[in-house]
Amino acid sequence: MTTMTAALTDSATMLRRNLRRMVRYPSMTVLLIGMPIVFLLLFVYVFGGTLGNGLGQASGGRSAYLEYVVPGILMTTVAAVAQGTAISVAMDMTEGIIARFRTMAIARVSVLTGHVLGAVVQTLLAVGVVLGVAVAIGYRPDATPLEWLALAGVFAMVGFALTWLSVALGMVSKTVEAASNLPMPLLLLPFLGSAFVPVDSMPVGLRWFAEYQPFTPIIETVRGLANGTGIGHAAVESIAWSAGIALLGYLWSKRLYARDPVR
Amino acid sequence: MTTTTTAVPAIEAVGLRKSFGSHLVLDGIDLSVQPGSVFALLGPNGAGKTTTVHILSTLIRPDAGQVRVAGHDLARDPQGIRASIGVTGQFSAVDNLLTGEENLILMADLHHLGRTAGRRRASELLQRFDLVEARGKPVSTYSGGMRRRLDLAMGLVGSPKVIFLDEPTTGLDPRSRREMWHIVRGLAASGVAILLTTQQLEEADELADRVAVLDKGVLVAEGSPDELKRRVPGGHIALRFVEAGGLAQAGGLLPGAVPDGDALTLRIPSDGSLASLRSVLDRLDQRAIEVESLTVHTPDLDDVFFALTGRTEQSHDEMETVR
Repeated sequence: MTTMTAALTDSATMLRRNLRRMVRYPSMTVLLIGMPIVFLLLFVYVFGGTLGNGLGQASGGRSAYLEYVVPGILMTTVAAVAQGTAISVAMDMTEGIIARFRTMAIARVSVLTGHVLGAVVQTLLAVGVVLGVAVAIGYRPDATPLEWLALAGVFAMVGFALTWLSVALGMVSKTVEAASNLPMPLLLLPFLGSAFVPVDSMPVGLRWFAEYQPFTPIIETVRGLANGTGIGHAAVESIAWSAGIALLGYLWSKRLYARDPVR
Repeated sequence: MTTTTTAVPAIEAVGLRKSFGSHLVLDGIDLSVQPGSVFALLGPNGAGKTTTVHILSTLIRPDAGQVRVAGHDLARDPQGIRASIGVTGQFSAVDNLLTGEENLILMADLHHLGRTAGRRRASELLQRFDLVEARGKPVSTYSGGMRRRLDLAMGLVGSPKVIFLDEPTTGLDPRSRREMWHIVRGLAASGVAILLTTQQLEEADELADRVAVLDKGVLVAEGSPDELKRRVPGGHIALRFVEAGGLAQAGGLLPGAVPDGDALTLRIPSDGSLASLRSVLDRLDQRAIEVESLTVHTPDLDDVFFALTGRTEQSHDEMETVR
């Protein structure tokens, strides 16, 4: 077996382990999916009537806001899953089984890729459930089958990038509590972008930040694919951001894993 | 001590050193373990036993020293070592959310045994370690003894040539401990080399062909259990007398005896063997000296430590708390 196929086989084995662990410990997944759903209901039913009128569209109100906010909520979901990954990586690293993996002749990176691939599956599942709730309360995306496929690709891509980063955050944390706090900025970033309100409505300094942070082009890409608004160069920016974050997270994680475990 | 070096040692370490920050944990350890033998690393908490196992099993890197395990060099070919060893840690290295069988199949998959062969190997090991009934239950519901057996079984999935057991019976009840001993003897008989760490002389005595005593990162003695015990003078017979006359009379009769007048007892150095016991009793019988009770005290880790380091283990522990 070549090194490459061995790495793929071991990663697949670790992915199976992580999926099985998710099934055995479902409260984590439920919690991760629950938060964006609460956000969705809160923003649509409490703030939505007013916010919808401020979007500057012909038909304002709650239904207009629902259409606007769902892509943002979906990206919050991706960030929430990434936070969960950091927690489960931190928990896993404290267990003896990781020490066992380190003394076995397996592809070193497979422990990490197992977590990342598991998190991508979890991301797509979570996005699917949240989208289902959005549709149940009246969201009607106009995506074509091809656009749906592209949407799934965007969520997988962003989920892949963010979870590589959160794997590193999970490993760099000394405690599980720290691992749950460290990715907080990821959850805050959609708020400081175009997730809940258009960036034009923000004061200059904040708008500048909102326009140039990674979540805004990603959310605009999702909005374009799902709602038929213009995408422009947001798609290219999203791909560049995702590739950069994934590479950074991968290299950082690999380096952290190569360190001697603390006694 | 000369060994017939026709076989390559299963484990060979020369000049192993390791410190964590400014704390020196291993200060130049040399050891050699032959295939098919059990080697016990004996020492108190903090002696460096676990650190030694961690280095030899590739988990952490030494600061200095050469290591070869199963013919592979630690610095150049750690993956080669990993492919030849099985490790059972002090804290069980099992996945608590999976079942016992799933844990074993996970190991089989990571050894690339293939689906059918992997399942067969898992079943074999469940049978051998008496875990068949619990195979479908999550490991979090297992007892301490079951977890330890599963832990060991997981280390055996890849048919290792060298097995590391870090305090394999710590925290087990006496029955589970006996079971673990039985398993270790079986493994050694099958030809693998076993390095185990323990705090109990009794365990080293039961299992090991060779014992090395580790204290503060230095090997203070090495030999067979019998050789070690012979070097330890802690063994004695204690006799208690009915009246002071008997005590005085017996004291004059037995060489090396230390009397304690208040307690009416006499301590006689002894290796605890039946012959030495018989000779003492015969002499007392000839003079018809009446003895109320007799106890035999065999050397334990405390005695080994006292003999080799001039400290008792208790005082060692105290030093650790002070530090």
